[in-house]
Amino acid sequence: MEEIVQSFFNAEIARAAMPIVLAGLLNTVLLSLLVVPLGVIGGLILALLAQVKSPAVRWPLMGWVDFFRAFPPLVLLILLFAGLPFAGLELGGFACVAIAFFLNTGAYYGEILRAGIESIPRGQVEAARSTGLSGMQTMTWVVLPQAVRNVLPDLLSNTLEVVKLTSLGSVVAVPELLFQARQAQSVTYNPTPIVMAAVIYFLILWPVVRLLSRLENRALAGRG
Amino acid sequence: MTSTVAEPIVVARGIHKHFGHLHVLKGVDLEVVERELVFVIGPSGSGKSTLLRCLNRLEEPNSGSITVAGIDMLSPRTDINHARQHIGMVFQSFNLYPHMTALGNVTLALRKVVGKSRAEADKLAHAALERVGLADRAGHRPAELSGGQQQRVAIARAIALEPRVMLFDEPTSALDPELVGSVLAVMRSLRESGMTMIVVSHEMGFARAAADRVVFMDNGLIVEQGPPAQIFEQPAHERTRAFIGQIRQH
Ligand SMILES: Nc1ncnc2c1ncn2[C@@H]1O[C@H](COP(=O)(O)OP(=O)(O)OP(=O)(O)O)[C@@H](O)[C@H]1O
Ligand SMILES: [Mg+2]
Repeated sequence: MEEIVQSFFNAEIARAAMPIVLAGLLNTVLLSLLVVPLGVIGGLILALLAQVKSPAVRWPLMGWVDFFRAFPPLVLLILLFAGLPFAGLELGGFACVAIAFFLNTGAYYGEILRAGIESIPRGQVEAARSTGLSGMQTMTWVVLPQAVRNVLPDLLSNTLEVVKLTSLGSVVAVPELLFQARQAQSVTYNPTPIVMAAVIYFLILWPVVRLLSRLENRALAGRG
Repeated sequence: MTSTVAEPIVVARGIHKHFGHLHVLKGVDLEVVERELVFVIGPSGSGKSTLLRCLNRLEEPNSGSITVAGIDMLSPRTDINHARQHIGMVFQSFNLYPHMTALGNVTLALRKVVGKSRAEADKLAHAALERVGLADRAGHRPAELSGGQQQRVAIARAIALEPRVMLFDEPTSALDPELVGSVLAVMRSLRESGMTMIVVSHEMGFARAAADRVVFMDNGLIVEQGPPAQIFEQPAHERTRAFIGQIRQH
């Protein structure tokens, strides 16, 4: 017992590692604030393109979405980080994470938003167009506000996954929470910093999980 | 006002519309003059909705020409969003925006299309809701309104833009019988104010009382047209007679 406490919950080590781990937390927050909006924007572009019925748009789009949903994000990230320099493009780990997330999570956000857009009855679009609103105005004022509300649980759930996936940044030396915790671990020869990271992940994500279940329950109640 | 020839405000000529292999409109000609109320009747699938939807280009006709209030609706140079302001449309299923109040439904196009300020748009929208008898429901969401009230909000949404023509596609078909009257009353008052209207509906009583002309469509063509009394009492064509007889039974 004593041994377990010494290696996993070592107070002294925790105190020493705290600044390093907190710096990692700050970067995880910043990274999330970068990649979540990037993913949502990428997804919105894909969802809007999906409304174009021309086969010239439809097929490439479908290929794109399928490709990036099937492609493991870790592989994509390492490919960008290790591969792009050979193409003469030396991007930092941060930029590689941003691009990989734009591609990978954008495809997921895109499918969610597309489902939301398609849940809005066609008649509302026709009514809006009949009053002279353009296609884009109709999307902005009539369709998207309702579409987003209809798929809010899915959007939130995907966002939760995206925040967790920011820990992938550690493999390309982005000093986010997991990377910093591992640094502290290797210096102290003690896994306590990793436990700290786990606890921090839980503390920041748990409220989102709670909110999500409430939304999902409400959606179920609304349907029933 | 003796014998001034009213200007045609809607002129549709030779309208053809195909949906894949389905030939839905087979050369329809329709002229409507200012202040006229034209009633369109016909069996299900005869192309009434499609014709109406071609007039504001919700459907793209495959050939023919359409002019509304002097605007060539099918010309690629026409700003269709601008043109549609002059053509109000009311749908069978109301199609209100459920996330907005009645007022929000009416002000949206006033603000985004016409470019009115919020205050101006609110004022115009209140006036339009007043005209349909719903001044006291401005703050209600569609879900909090009866079907008849929703349809009247939809009418307010269209007339707030001061269109030159109003298109109605079965505006009372989705309503409980006791709510039909309130919508017809609004349509009647619109007509009295001089609005040009094209109405697809099976409300024969209303047609008899308010229509200037009844158009009977079948199988993608206008079979015959004339004053309500003539079409209902002495139709020239057998198909018209059969159809009138059928709806009388209901
Ligand atoms: N978007 C569409 N795609 C394919 N077929 C269509 C489409 N819209 C209408 N149709 C077909 O065109 C024909 C005419 O339809 P339309 O809705 O104009 O008839 P209608 O006279 O309004 O009938 P109803 O009284 O039932 O409303 C029907 O056979 C219908 O199935
Ligand atoms: Mg119809």
